[in-house]
Amino acid sequence: MQTNYTHTQSAHCENGVITNFIRSYGHDFMTEPLAFGLGSGLFYIHLPFIKVNGLPAFAFRTMPGLIFKRTCRSLKIDVESKRFRKSEKAQDYLDNLLQQDKLVGCQVGVYNLSYFPKEYRFHFNAHNLIVYGKDGNDYLVSDPVMETVTKLSVEDMNTVRFAKGVYAPHGHLYYVNDIGEISKEDIKKGIIKGIKRNVRDMLHVPGPITGVSGIRYTAKKVKGWRDKLGPRRAGQYLGQIIRMQEEIGTGGGGFRFIYAAFLEQAAGYFDSDDLLSISDDFTKAGDMWRESAMLMAGALRGRASEQSDYDKMHDLLNDISEVEKVAFKRLSKLKLK
Amino acid sequence: MKKEEIPQDKSTLENFTKEVYYVKGKEGRYETGLSKGWSVKAEAQDSAWDDIHNDLEEARLAVKNGKKSPIFYYMKKELMDEAILASYVGMMKFRVKRHFKPWVFKRLKQSALKKYASVFKISVEELKSFEG
Repeated sequence: MQTNYTHTQSAHCENGVITNFIRSYGHDFMTEPLAFGLGSGLFYIHLPFIKVNGLPAFAFRTMPGLIFKRTCRSLKIDVESKRFRKSEKAQDYLDNLLQQDKLVGCQVGVYNLSYFPKEYRFHFNAHNLIVYGKDGNDYLVSDPVMETVTKLSVEDMNTVRFAKGVYAPHGHLYYVNDIGEISKEDIKKGIIKGIKRNVRDMLHVPGPITGVSGIRYTAKKVKGWRDKLGPRRAGQYLGQIIRMQEEIGTGGGGFRFIYAAFLEQAAGYFDSDDLLSISDDFTKAGDMWRESAMLMAGALRGRASEQSDYDKMHDLLNDISEVEKVAFKRLSKLKLK
Repeated sequence: MKKEEIPQDKSTLENFTKEVYYVKGKEGRYETGLSKGWSVKAEAQDSAWDDIHNDLEEARLAVKNGKKSPIFYYMKKELMDEAILASYVGMMKFRVKRHFKPWVFKRLKQSALKKYASVFKISVEELKSFEG
């Protein structure tokens, strides 16, 4: 058991686990925005056909697990990961690691996560937490989105590790074998790579539904929802966007503020005023996303649900797409050394 | 967003946690700040829950009117869909869907009923006797 473990709260669980892992090895440079940027976390996708509870899916960040994988790879962190068929085996393995004083990351479902409020407990299986010890029948848990550390009974832990459905964790756990020296050069290289990959994901993925063109796609769809679906159903679609964009873990504005914070930190590493100014672009984008959420909430609750209100959302989303497009183009032209 | 603009509205996060925002501090640099909640988000969440409750009420009536089996109702109550329920009980989706039919449900074996009841965290008796 790690008695000197320090819990740092973060906006998002995946960033939080990486950050806490790396910091526990004494690397104080690690921050949540840096983890997010190294992992090229910023994204947008509108999946019209994948229905989550009968509603289309929207994502403002890259796929679960990717940020972790990319960040660890770019800092050459040796991570071991394992999945299991049986919960007894999974529990033994976890207990064994804890006895060796390891910090263990676990993928869990939130539906049976007893310390979450009921309103947040859906069948969402890509949540991550760190187990840092065991006390009798309780696991000592550092959940990155919680203000403080918490506990989970052995039974509850087995249940959430073997939640079923989409992204079923199958007891998935992971831990750091070793973290070597990380030089400033390594970090700078990682930042360059992270930015390049993010430019690719937001500007150059073919098809209309991802990146900045995806935002444009949503804008076009939103304009037609009121006529096509009726105000009630259209409101439900808008509610889905608001929740995916602002729900706990995004740091506000659909992860745009976290990304702006990353660029600000990157500016420090490269001593680059350009990066600072592009960071401001993303702050602006984040503010606009917040404004858009307010418009959408108005339509959802019937305060402002005329077609003209939907037109306003359409225009604003198009503007956001443009701001992000310009920002990523600026990023793609930077020569960082 | 500036630090002083962080919303502190009442939300379901109360007594659970506060959430982290990335905001501009006084010096114009990024820092984190904590929020109790945001009314805009709370509205989206409330309305999603209203929909869930309406849906559940419809499911209850469907059972009452003999259109659906109790399995259908309890699935909704546990916020599941056919795919999630099927993976929890370890059956194929089409079989689970068949079990929504009241006449199929009536002939279900004890072993199948047990599986469902344990996923729904109720007794087999409760499951069988639910009338909507």
